[in-house]
Amino acid sequence: MAPPVSTPKSASPSQPSGKSEVTDLKLQLRQLAGSRAPGADDAKRDLFKRVISCMTVGIDVSPAFSEMVMCSATSDVVLKKMCYLYVGNYARCNPDLALLTINFLQKDCHDQDPTIRGLALRSLCSLRVQNLVEYLVAPLAAGLKDHSSYVRTVAAIGVLKLYHISATMCHDSDFPAALKALMLSDPDAQVVANCLYSLLEIWTQDAANSDEAAREIETLYGKSIIYYLLNRIKDFSEWAQCLVLDLVSKYIPSDNNEIFDMMNLLEDRLQHANGAVVLATIKVFLHLTMSMTDVHQQVYERIKAPLLTLVGAGSPEQSYAVLCHLHLLVMRAPMLFSSDYKHFYCQFSDPSYVKKLKLEMLTAIANESNTYEIVTELCEYAGNVDVPIARESIRAVGKIALQQYDVNAIVDRLLQFLEMEKDYVTAETLVLVKDLLRKYPQWSHDCIAVVGNISSNSIQEPKAKAALIWMLGEYSQDMMDAPYVLESLVENWEEEHSPEVRLHLLTAVMRCFFKRAPETQKALGAALAAGLADNNQDVHDRALFYYRLLQYDVAVAERVVNPPKQAVSVFADTQSSEIKDRIFDEFNSLSVVYQKPSYLFTDKEHRGPFEFSENLSNLAIGGDSGDDVIHSAQRYEENDKDLLLSTSDKEENGGPTHNGSSTYSAPSDVNSSRSLVSSSTTQPAAFAIDDLLGLGVLDTPVLPPPPALSLNAKPVLDPGTFQKKWGQLTVSSSQESTLSIQGVASLTAPQSLIKHMQNNSIQCIASGGQPPNYKFFFFAQKEGSSSFFLVECIVNTASAKAQIKIKADDASASDAFASLFQSALSNFGSS
Amino acid sequence: MISQFFVLSQRGDNIVFRDYRGEVAKGSAEIFFRKVKFWKEDEAEEAPPVFNVDGVNYIHVKVAGLFFVATSRVNVPPSLVLELLQRIARVTKDYLGVLNEDSIRKNFVLVYELLDEVIDFGYPQTTSTEVLKSYVFNEPIVVDAGRLPPLGPAAIFMQGTKRMPGTAVTKSVVATEPGGKKREEIFVDIIEKISVTFSSSGYILTSEIDGTIQMKSYLTGNPEIRLALNEDLSIGRNGSSLYDYRSSSGSGTVILDDCNFHESVHLESFDVDRTLSLIPPDGEFAVMNYRMTQEFKPPFRVTALIEEAGSSRAEVILKIRADFSPNVTANTITVQMPVPSYTMRASFELEAGATGQTTDFKEGSRRLEWNLKKIVGGAEHTLRAKLTFSQEIHGNIAKEAGPVNMNFTIPMYNASKLQVRYLQIAKKSKTYNPYRWVRYVTQANSYVARL
Repeated sequence: MAPPVSTPKSASPSQPSGKSEVTDLKLQLRQLAGSRAPGADDAKRDLFKRVISCMTVGIDVSPAFSEMVMCSATSDVVLKKMCYLYVGNYARCNPDLALLTINFLQKDCHDQDPTIRGLALRSLCSLRVQNLVEYLVAPLAAGLKDHSSYVRTVAAIGVLKLYHISATMCHDSDFPAALKALMLSDPDAQVVANCLYSLLEIWTQDAANSDEAAREIETLYGKSIIYYLLNRIKDFSEWAQCLVLDLVSKYIPSDNNEIFDMMNLLEDRLQHANGAVVLATIKVFLHLTMSMTDVHQQVYERIKAPLLTLVGAGSPEQSYAVLCHLHLLVMRAPMLFSSDYKHFYCQFSDPSYVKKLKLEMLTAIANESNTYEIVTELCEYAGNVDVPIARESIRAVGKIALQQYDVNAIVDRLLQFLEMEKDYVTAETLVLVKDLLRKYPQWSHDCIAVVGNISSNSIQEPKAKAALIWMLGEYSQDMMDAPYVLESLVENWEEEHSPEVRLHLLTAVMRCFFKRAPETQKALGAALAAGLADNNQDVHDRALFYYRLLQYDVAVAERVVNPPKQAVSVFADTQSSEIKDRIFDEFNSLSVVYQKPSYLFTDKEHRGPFEFSENLSNLAIGGDSGDDVIHSAQRYEENDKDLLLSTSDKEENGGPTHNGSSTYSAPSDVNSSRSLVSSSTTQPAAFAIDDLLGLGVLDTPVLPPPPALSLNAKPVLDPGTFQKKWGQLTVSSSQESTLSIQGVASLTAPQSLIKHMQNNSIQCIASGGQPPNYKFFFFAQKEGSSSFFLVECIVNTASAKAQIKIKADDASASDAFASLFQSALSNFGSS
Repeated sequence: MISQFFVLSQRGDNIVFRDYRGEVAKGSAEIFFRKVKFWKEDEAEEAPPVFNVDGVNYIHVKVAGLFFVATSRVNVPPSLVLELLQRIARVTKDYLGVLNEDSIRKNFVLVYELLDEVIDFGYPQTTSTEVLKSYVFNEPIVVDAGRLPPLGPAAIFMQGTKRMPGTAVTKSVVATEPGGKKREEIFVDIIEKISVTFSSSGYILTSEIDGTIQMKSYLTGNPEIRLALNEDLSIGRNGSSLYDYRSSSGSGTVILDDCNFHESVHLESFDVDRTLSLIPPDGEFAVMNYRMTQEFKPPFRVTALIEEAGSSRAEVILKIRADFSPNVTANTITVQMPVPSYTMRASFELEAGATGQTTDFKEGSRRLEWNLKKIVGGAEHTLRAKLTFSQEIHGNIAKEAGPVNMNFTIPMYNASKLQVRYLQIAKKSKTYNPYRWVRYVTQANSYVARL
C-alpha cells in the first residue's frame, strides 16, 4: 500500500496547492471509475484516502463529487465507508449531485450484511438535503423493524436526523410513536437509549407549539417509564446510563420509601470508574432528597469520598470537571466539608484554574476549628512564584479574616505580609487591611502602626494606593505624618494617572482637614485647585462639590465628608442566592463549570427543556409560542433554601453564631411570617381589585379607594436587568393565593397561565416546573412610569395554592399591584 | 450532545475533523486553537479544559501532545464529554498501538471509522473496543514505537527495564502480529501517584496516594480473571479508627479511603477475600482507582537550606535520601527550587564522583534545577549552590525561595503496599498458559519540601 499523502507538509491548510490537487484527483478517479481490474480497489482506496485527507484539512474537494459517486459501486466496505463519509460531508452543498448517491445508498439499505445496511441507512439520513427526504421514509421505517439491533440503533437516531431536515415528514410518517413503541419493547439497550435521545429532542422542540408533545415529555418522567429504565439500568452502556440517570433526576417520587428504594438501587453507581456516571447519580441523590433534610445531609457525606477519588484519578481535565462540582457543594454547605480541608490544599502540579477553585473552597470552609491550619497553608502560597495565585491566596486570607474567625492572629499575618516587601504582596495586603478596618475599626491601632511605615512611593497599583490613601484620611489623627504624606501626594497630582486614586486623594485630604486643619490647609487648597483643573469629569465634579460645600458651611461639609462611621457588617456577595440555586438545579452541566446559569451562555434554540428562559419578545408575539417556556427543576427550591439556610444566613448576616449544630434546622419563622402577611393583606386586596376593575361592590364605601394602578401593556425588561433587580430589591409583599378549580384545570402547561397574565399586562420572564409544581417569574410596569414590579409565583396545582412574592421599585405601589396580580390570578380559567 | 469532534496537532493543524450536527461553523478549530494559545495575554495562565466562545462550548483534553476537542451548543454534562474524549483517545490507542500525531495521520481513515461508530448525531454510542471491532474494517498501519517518545504512565516500563518485552504495551489490540498468531498475554499495572508536602522542619504535612490498577488484555476469547489483593485491605476512612493504632505502627494493613471500579468488575467475593473477578474487555482500562491518605513512608527525604553568605550572596544546600530498598532504583529525578527574583548567578558544586547528574540555573523562571538519571535505594545525594544577587538581602531570605519540588519515577515500587496476591486466568485447556505481567510503579504527583 502506498503511503498516504497526508504528510504534515501537504496538510497545512494554508497550502494553496488545493486546486491542482483536486483536478488531479478528479482525473485519476475518472480513470478508475469503471475499472474492474485486479487491484483497482486498492488504487481506489489510496485515492479516496487522499480525497478525505484534503477534506480534513479544509480543501474543498466537492468538485470531485460525481467522480466519487461513480467510483462508489464496489463491494469493498472500507471504500464504501470512505465514500459515505465524503458524501455526507458535501451532499448539503450539492443537493443535485446528492441525488446521484440515493440510488446506491438505497440499494445498500437492503444488503444482506446488517453492517452495510446500518452504514447505508446512517449515511442516507446524514445527507441533510431537504428535497431528498421522501427517500428516507421507507428505509427508516424498515430500519426500525430490522432484526439486527445495529440497524435499529442507527434507525432510531436516523429518525431524529429526519426530524431536523423535515419535522412534518417525520410526524406524517408517525415516527415518534414508532420510536416510543420501540423504546418500550426493544431488547437491545442501545436501541432503547437512542429512541430516548431522539424522542427527548423531538418532543422538547415540539413542546413549544404543541401541548401534546409537552404531555408526552411528561410521560417520559412518569413512574412507569422511569421504573422501566431503572430496572434495567445495568444493561445500558455507561453513556446511556448517564441519560437514564438524568431522566431519573427529574422524576418526583410519591413517597419516601420510593426514594430509598431508588437510592439503594443506584448506590453502586457511585463506585463507577466513569466520573460522568457518578456525577449523574449524585444529581439524582441530591434532587431526590431535597425535601428530607437529614437524608440530604447524609448524601453529602456519602458522596464526598467518591468525588475526592475522582478528583485524584483520571486526567487533569476530568478532575477539573469533578472539582467544579465539588466546589459547588462546598459553597452550598461549607460546614459539611470543614474537616476535609487538607484535600483542597494546592498541589505543585495543579494548573492555576484548579488552584483558584481550591482557594475559594478553603476560604469557604474555614471555621473555628481549622482556620489556623488553613491560614498557615495560604500564607505559604503568598510567596509563590505563581503571582496570580499568590495574590488570590492573600485575598483568601483576608476573606477568612472578614469571616471573623480568629481575626487577631490573621491580622498579625497580614502585617507580616507587608514586611515581605514584595510589590504585589504589599498591594493586595493594603486593600485587605482597608477592608478589615472597615469591618473591625477596633484593629486600627495595630494596623496603622504598620501601614504608617509604608512609603506611598513604593506602591504603584491604583487599588492599593487608593486603599492607603483612604487609611491616611480615615486615621489621620493616629498617623503622625498623614497631612504631610497627603501633601506630597497632592504635589504629584499630575503624575497620578488613575482617577480612582485622585478621587480618594480628594476625599482623604478633606477628612484630614477636619481632623488636623492647620497642617492640612495648604494641601487642601492645592488639592481642590488641582481637582478643579482635572480632565476627569468625576474628579472635577467632586472637587467642585467639596469646594462649594466648604464655601457654604464648613460644619455641614464636615457632616457630609466625615460623618461618624458605622462598621460594615458584611460585604456584598458577588452572586445572588437566586443564581446559586439556579446553578445547583443545573448540577452536572456546564453551568457548574462556568458558575453561571445556562441562559447566560446558551442560545435560546439550544436550551434544553429544563432551563430558565428569558425571551420576552417571543412570548409577547406568538399566540401559542411557548417556544421558550422553559421548565426548570424548581420544585425543590423552597425546601432547599430552608435546608441550607445557615449558608445563606452566613452570607447575609455574617453572623458568627452559626455552628454545625444549628445547620439544618428548618426556618419555621420564614413560613409563619409569610402566612401572617398573607392573611393581613388578602382582605383589603379583594376590595381594591373590585374597585380597580370597576366591579364596584357598592355597599363597601367605607374603604377609601386605593390609588388606581394601571399597567403598561407592553413593558420591556431584559432578563439581565430582571436578575439584577431581583437581587437588589427586597420582598415588598408576600402572600398566598388560591386558584379556582377551572384555573387548576387549565394549568396543564405553564403557557396557559402565561398567556392569561399577559392579557392582564403582566409579562412572564421565566417559568418552569412540572406538575404539580410550577414556578413563574413575572414582571409588570406602572403606566407612565419607569418603576417595575417583579413577581415570583409558585403554583401548586394539587393544593390549588399559589405563593406570591412581589418586589417593587416603588414599594408604595406594591400593595395595589399585589391586589391586581391576585385578581388576575384568581380569574385564571374562568374567562 | 456533541456538535463536532476534532483532533489538533500542537501546531494547530486539523488531523481529524468530524462534524456530527452541522450547527457549529467550520472555523471552530481555529477559534479554539487561538483561544487556547492566547488564553491570557500577559500571564502564562493555561486555558481551562472547558470554555465558551460566542455560544459554542469548547471542551478538550490533551493526550499525547494532541488536543482532542468537542464542541457543543447545549448545556452538556462536562464530565461526560471529557470522559468520552479520553475514551476516544484510549480506543484509538488500542487500535493503533501507539497514539501520536504520526500514527493518527497514517490511520486517519480508521479513526474516522471509529468516530462514526462511537458517536452518532452527537450522541455517544459505544466506546468498547470489543464491540467496535465488528464495525471497523480498516487494518491499522503500525507505527514504529521505538523511535517515538513513549506516552502514558505505562510507557515508563519501557525505559531500560529488561524484564519487559519492550514493544508489548505498544502493540495494537486488534492488529495481527507479523507471525500471524497473537501472543496471549495480559498486563496488570499498579500505578501510584504520590503527593507529599514536607514542612520546613521536615514533618509530613499532607500525604496522599492516588492509585490505579490498570489492565491491558491481549487474551483471546475473553476468559474470566480473578485478581486477588491484600487480604487485610480495608476501605473507608470512617471505619478506620479501629485500625489506626496498627497503621501507625506500620504493620502493613492497607487502608484505602475510597475506591471505584470498572463496570466489568464483579465485587461478590471482594468483601469476603478481597478478590476482584472480571471478564476483561479488549484494550486498556482501569480496573480500579483508589485513594489513600493513610500515612505511608515517603520514598525520598528532601532537605533544603538557604543561608546568607555575605550581603548579596547566599548558599543553598539540597539533600535527597532514598528511603527504599537497594534493589529498587528510581529514575528521571528532577529537583527544582525557586530562588529570590533578584538572583543573578548560581554556581553549583556536585558531590565528588557524581555521575549522571546535571544542574542548571533557569534565569527566566528564577529556579535551580538538578537532574539525576537514577538513584539507588538507600543512597543520599547532595547539591550545593552559591547564589549571587543583584541587590542586598533584606528580610527573611527563606521566604523568598522555595518550595522545593521533586519529580521522579520508581519502577517496581509502590508506596501504598497494595499488592496483587495472584492473577488467575480461567483455563481453557491444559496447555493454555498465557503470559502474565504484574508491574508496579510510583510517580511523584506533587512532592514538595518547604523552606
